[in-house]
Amino acid sequence: MIPTVKKPRLAFFSFTCCEGCQLMVLNCEDEFPDLVKLVDIVNFREAMSEKSDDYDVAFVEGSISRREEIKKLKEIRKRASTVIALGACSSTGGLNCLRNRFPVEEAKRIVYGKDAAVRKIKDTIRARPIDSIIEVDHYIHGCPITKEEFLSTLKALLLGKAPEVPNHPVCVDCKMAGNICVFERGATCMGPVTRAGCNAICITYGSICWGCRGTVDNPNMDAHEETLRRYGLTADSVTRSLDLYGGCTVRKKTGRGD
Amino acid sequence: MHKDHDINVHEVTRVEGHGNIVINVRKGRVEELRLEIIESPRFFEAMLRGRRYDEAQHIMSRICGICAVSHTSASVKAVESATGMRISKRARLLRELAFCGETLQSHILHLYFLVLPDFFSVGSIVPLIKSHPEIARMGLGLKKLANEICRIVGGRHVHPISIFPGGVVHVPKPRELKDLKKALTGSFERLEKTIELFEGFEVPDFEGSREFISLRAAKGYPFYEGDPFSSMDASIGQESYTKRIKEYTVPHSTAKHARTSHGTFMVGALARFNNNHRRLHPRARKAAKRLLLKPGCSNPFMNNQAQLVECIHLTEEAISLVDRLLEVGLAAERPARPRRFGRGIGLVEAPRGTLYHEYRINRDGLIEEVNCIIPTAQNLRSIERDLGEFVVTILDRPRDEITRSVESLVRAYDPCISCSTHIMDVKFV
Repeated sequence: MIPTVKKPRLAFFSFTCCEGCQLMVLNCEDEFPDLVKLVDIVNFREAMSEKSDDYDVAFVEGSISRREEIKKLKEIRKRASTVIALGACSSTGGLNCLRNRFPVEEAKRIVYGKDAAVRKIKDTIRARPIDSIIEVDHYIHGCPITKEEFLSTLKALLLGKAPEVPNHPVCVDCKMAGNICVFERGATCMGPVTRAGCNAICITYGSICWGCRGTVDNPNMDAHEETLRRYGLTADSVTRSLDLYGGCTVRKKTGRGD
Repeated sequence: MHKDHDINVHEVTRVEGHGNIVINVRKGRVEELRLEIIESPRFFEAMLRGRRYDEAQHIMSRICGICAVSHTSASVKAVESATGMRISKRARLLRELAFCGETLQSHILHLYFLVLPDFFSVGSIVPLIKSHPEIARMGLGLKKLANEICRIVGGRHVHPISIFPGGVVHVPKPRELKDLKKALTGSFERLEKTIELFEGFEVPDFEGSREFISLRAAKGYPFYEGDPFSSMDASIGQESYTKRIKEYTVPHSTAKHARTSHGTFMVGALARFNNNHRRLHPRARKAAKRLLLKPGCSNPFMNNQAQLVECIHLTEEAISLVDRLLEVGLAAERPARPRRFGRGIGLVEAPRGTLYHEYRINRDGLIEEVNCIIPTAQNLRSIERDLGEFVVTILDRPRDEITRSVESLVRAYDPCISCSTHIMDVKFV
């Protein structure tokens, strides 16, 4: 007789973000009916009323930007055996770190004016990725993630394997997609240092790589800056392109302060 | 006679974002009522400050995963009006097609994933996959098709790629559009069945008069284009929008509330329907009749039915847009360049209502000031008022049922809480 294996219990949590990565999960329309046969989704506030504190795998979306969120996040870590960062806001801090260009008090003043003293806003701290608070087992990068990345991570977990995270730059995928290099079009691109996983979708659809998956583990920043300069770009535009998604991480890695 | 009730729904489920409902009833009177918005603020105004004009749409799209096409479009429209860029007919048609995709996807997600479980007294769509596989498959299929529209135009639905200031940076292949048209034509069967399904559900009898605000276009039903229009005052100029809509803060919400001189108002599908029902496609008007949705309807629960009527209209609209695009041709184009820098407004009808972006761009092309008015923030006052008026009509029911009913009232508004907290640009005098 085949031993019955308990279905893994999945929970989804959302902190400071747009909830777009959860939406990418809900976009698995074809896979959904099979998916719910293999796993039990026990917590998914955006799509279901039931809530349970008994779960094995926690997918955590969003940055941490309030003290209250730190408490909740630590609670999740205690309950889950596996914690997965779902999307850029959670995995690298993402776009939220843009506001860290201003001290917290100044950001509050810019946005809230005299009302910055409201209790709920008082709680605000600098935006940060979840691994600055707790240990994270696996990462799904991207703004937004792709549903393929979500499904392959889940598949690996169900098979008891460690999910793979691409560690080559977007340029590799971009060449395979047959795109004309963005630099040749006269625009700035973060492809040479950005972690792949997206199949270079932004370039395929006519845009540039904005760097949403963060940098590869050992980005060649000097060569990238050199490339940007070679194509006539100013120091300001170099910093600007690094700042968009790298506010919390790139600066740390390259010793640019923070 | 009346019981006392302390209703406290911590984190309302099946809505986008984080909110609590607090209602205390003593001797049949509502003593305390709050829709607490506990979503973390995002500080988009600070995030956008000092960024280049052609980064704005990428950054502002991240306000919301569900209405990313709307935020992207409002953003590029604001930038285009601030820089004097004109876009091609093709670019406008493509953006309108993306709008059809987004609104369809948002409405279908709301109707099938968030609302339908209430009618079957289950917690989510998951049990329906087993108990009513036909219905679940219908919803999933319709949602997938809506996503496909966005993928063809913009690369993906969550944070579309190809919509840029000055036009679009990608055009679909004719083959993709022809296939899309076929799929859209085939989807009416599922939409008709969805109407049948919703015909069978009882709608609470609850009316509350209010002002309805939405855009109104020179022709057609408004999504991508139009001028603000009020059911009480007729036309409101774009420039007057911030004068008519007064935003204010309340202590229990990280999102602002809003009022007009008439008091409470509502934006969204029901408002659009009431202000523009004559512009609907005949097939959509027929659907409205079947769903007992009449022009001038002021029952907020009927917002669900209005969304469904819009789904029919949008599918027709998407088919006609495909035809027009094939006629115009799908040659690649380069976006227009800025002619000047200054101040600009971008107004669109997001799935949940009128969305306003306003930027000031300095002579270096950097954004200096941002003001956004978000649909859900405009509805919060209306939701709270309705909660108070509705709850007293159902006090004789069991507590669980009261809780479920007030939750479904909030849900009918389809609030997008993360959107509403993402910009708070309070300026006190």
